[in-house]
Order: sequence, then C-alpha cells, then structure tokens
Amino acid sequence: MSWVKYLVVFLILLSEGFPSSSYPVLKMYATDLTGTLSRAELNALERKLVTFHDSTSTQLVFLMISTLDGGAIEEYSYQVAATNKIGTKENNNGVLLLIAKEDRKLRIEVGYGLEGVLTDATSSYIIRNEIIPFFKNGEYFEGINGGLNAIIAVTAGEYKKVKEEEDSGGKIPFPVIIFIIIILLSIFGGRGSGKGILIGSVLGQMAGGGFRGGSFGGFSGRGGGFGGFSGGGGSFGGGGASGSW
Amino acid sequence: MKKGLVIGLSIVGVVVILLIVLYSWIVGGYNNFVSMDEEVKKAWSQVENLYQRRMDLIPNLVNTVKGYANFEQKTLTDVINARARATQFNITPEVLNDPQAFQKFQQVQGELSGALSRLMVTVENYPQLKANENFLQLQSQLEGTENRISVERMKFNETAKLYNTAIKQFPKAIIANFFGFRERPYFTALAGADVAPKVEF
Repeated sequence: MSWVKYLVVFLILLSEGFPSSSYPVLKMYATDLTGTLSRAELNALERKLVTFHDSTSTQLVFLMISTLDGGAIEEYSYQVAATNKIGTKENNNGVLLLIAKEDRKLRIEVGYGLEGVLTDATSSYIIRNEIIPFFKNGEYFEGINGGLNAIIAVTAGEYKKVKEEEDSGGKIPFPVIIFIIIILLSIFGGRGSGKGILIGSVLGQMAGGGFRGGSFGGFSGRGGGFGGFSGGGGSFGGGGASGSW
Repeated sequence: MKKGLVIGLSIVGVVVILLIVLYSWIVGGYNNFVSMDEEVKKAWSQVENLYQRRMDLIPNLVNTVKGYANFEQKTLTDVINARARATQFNITPEVLNDPQAFQKFQQVQGELSGALSRLMVTVENYPQLKANENFLQLQSQLEGTENRISVERMKFNETAKLYNTAIKQFPKAIIANFFGFRERPYFTALAGADVAPKVEF
C-alpha cells in the first residue's frame, strides 16, 4: 500500500516539474534565445541592467524568444516573471520586457511594487512609441534599448538600494542584543533551577549561528551583483501592457 | 491501598495528558483553518477590487467611443446594459458563503467581459479611434485590468484549493465540520466569455 503513495507523490512531483521547466530559467539580465542581437549588443544591455539594479535594487530583465507556440503572451510573460521571481521580496520591484520575435508580439510585465509608476497606460505608451517604430524597420537593438531606457527613466526614482553599512551603523550591534537577552533570561528565568541559564545559552548559540549565516549571505549577495541574474523573490499580479507590430 | 492510589493517580495523569494533547490539536487545527480562510478572503478582495476598477473604467471608455458619430450603437448599448446588470449585483464577502450567488456574480461579470471584448473587436474597424491617444490609454488600462483579473482569479483558486483540501482531510475534517468551516467556491472558465469573438462582416 505504502509504495502506491510514494508512486503518487513521485508522479505529482514529476508532473509539477514539467510546466516550470518549459519556461526559461534566466541567468542573465539580458537574454536573447533567438540569436538576433550581437554579443556586443547583449553585453551593452546586460551592463545597463546590472548597473540599474545595483543603484536601485529594481530588477529590470529582458528576454527575447522566437515563438509562443500559439499561447497567449500574457500567460507566458507572467509565468516567466513569477517563476524567476524577478524583483525583491520586500518591494516586488521587478519588470520583464518580453519579446516573441516570430509572433511579432511583446509585453512589459510589471511587478506589484512598480504598478504605481509604470502603469498599464505608461507601459503601453512605451511599447507603442519607443519600441514598435524601430521593430517595424527591423531595428531590434534600437527598439529594445529605447524601451529599456524609457522603463529605467520611469522607475528610477521609485526605490533606492539600501546600503548594508548604513543598515548596521546606527543600531545596537547584534551580539550586544543577544548578550542582554541572555542576562535578562538568566535573571528572570533562573529563579527555580538552572533553566534560565540553559535557555539563555541555547538561544545565544542559535542567534550566534544565525548571525554568522547572515554575514555570509551578505557577502555572497555582493558577489552576485558582479554579473548574472538571480531572482530576489518578487511577485506579479498581471500588471503591464502588451503590443504587436 | 497505596498501590491502588498510585494506579489511580497515573490513570488521571494519562487522561490529563491526553486531554491536553487533544486540546492543542483542536486549537492548532482551528487556528490553521482560520488563517487559511483569511488568505482566501484576502485573495477574494483582490479579485473584487479589480472587477470594481473595471466597472469604473467603462464609463470613460463609453464616452470616448460615443464621440465617434458613426460608431456602431449596438455594441455600445450591450456594454452599458451589461455594466448596469453587474452594478446591480451587490458584491459582499458573503458571496463566498453562497455558491449560487458566486455563480451569479461570475455570470454577470462574464457577460460584461463578453460585451467588452465585442466592443474592442468592433473598434478595429475605426482607424481614427485607434489612433486616438486617449482611447489607446483607456484600452491599455482596460486590457491591463482584464489581465490582472485573470491572474488574481488564478491566485484565488490556488488559495481556495489549499483551504478546501485542508478542511476536507481526515482527521482534521472533524474539527472543520464541528466549527462549521465551509468549502469555498472556485472560479471556472465561462464558456465563450473569455474568448474574443471573431469579426463578421
């Protein structure tokens, strides 16, 4: 009986694994799966988007695919944005510019946190006036570059990168807080037996571990900004606009 | 005598422990259902807001389109009537407790979706209107709202499914039944409502 259960679980995992694998996992800020853009052009876009992320924490990502295979661009774009978790978890400040070259369709997908500045109407305006005129002449790089510049101009003021130094500067250092907690616990909890001290030391150990983990995470995060994309946990609600040329 | 007392006490002890376990199990289950149901309600209010926003956008659209003298009247009046019917339907959180009302809500909104998409298809025949920046803006807002509606409907269905599964699973289903946690309805794709109709000349 129990192996049936495992089989079912396995099948569910398998079936759930498939849809996500049919949407590209993004490793860079600028990705062209059609081979339309030259290496130099892609590099220029990548540098622009990485710089933008580093100064604002907003993740603006560009993806060009060849075809949607008859699916709706809204569906595809939402799935790519949501599965790659573009934008930060706190601010949901992610934007995806998706182009389906053969279908001659494109979409700007806007995360929850940017819907206020990059409205549907603004997204549509950018698509119609900054991108499509170039695409009609087959000038892909110019259209993409112009579109990304417009999105950057609109969203630049919305979020600021929080510097890690500032974060810990004004506050009481973490180890000091832990030390105070240990002392308090051993005073108030230590009445009956040695329990308070025990709790205190366990807590202290846990917190110490967490602190070390935190500083390690910060370090690797800084390394991540060096190049390459990794999602920050942002979520999407279907905001943005689509267009075709 | 002493032996009997020990046995008696240990029975009482076991019963007390069992009661505590049972109590914390019930409280845990109950609280879990409450917070899951809150998630469902939150998802519902998102959907509700978006339907409301769509209602608010329609008068502007109708006014813009009306300005074009020769615009086909029937598609316009269809939208106006469908909106009126949808407005009559009062949206309250109570809709979630009443599968029939939920069904009705879906139906009136679906009719409005249908009327709107017919209007948008008709617009294709009016190049002047399609070049009007004001109209294009309204169109993008309306399309954006439609798209958000479908995303939030999907999210609502996901949270409702989590909750519905939780309250139906044995043995916690006993707790759900006892406290009267009800199954939440799902959005279903209405036949033809979400599909833009073909233009016929």
